[in-house]
Amino acid sequence: MMIRDFLSAVFLIAGAVFFLAGTLGLLRFPDVYTRLHALTKADNLGLGLMVLGLAVQAESWAVVGKLLLIWGLVLLAGASVAHLIAAGALHRGIRLWKR
Amino acid sequence: MQILYGALALFLLLNLGAGMWRVLCGPTGADRMLAAQLFGTTAVAILLLLAQAYGNAALRDVALLFALLAAVTAVAFVRRAWPNQEEDDDDT
Repeated sequence: MMIRDFLSAVFLIAGAVFFLAGTLGLLRFPDVYTRLHALTKADNLGLGLMVLGLAVQAESWAVVGKLLLIWGLVLLAGASVAHLIAAGALHRGIRLWKR
Repeated sequence: MQILYGALALFLLLNLGAGMWRVLCGPTGADRMLAAQLFGTTAVAILLLLAQAYGNAALRDVALLFALLAAVTAVAFVRRAWPNQEEDDDDT
């Protein structure tokens, strides 16, 4: 039980760190394309680690399945959204950031 | 563990509040949409944490719904609501 709690805490805190990195990136990065990079990190890894941390604590396999389903949906949404927005931004002539 | 769940949910909520800045002053519509997308994901994480903390399984279904709608909102934005002429003064 102790090991389970410890593992769960480690995964959850790592996930929270990724969310923090995503928010910071969204605020600090200079243009749409770099912000897209920050956003997908938070989406995929942050939520993935959170789901992993909660899945070790879950009371039944059905709950684990639901958590994984949620993560899968967010992955799918994140990937398609990143592609669509990057392609749309290029198409509309939003310039790439140069130092 | 309950305290950790609560603290992390609060932390994510603060993240969400900080991300609001990008919605307010994002130069292009795409930036605002990205912030909204991050809000969606953060909301999913918060709901999952609260579902575990308070043993409320219904919140997991709400999170599932958020995850489903995240894709729809962004696709609707790109196909319908994104103006074709973006003012080109966003290279700060």
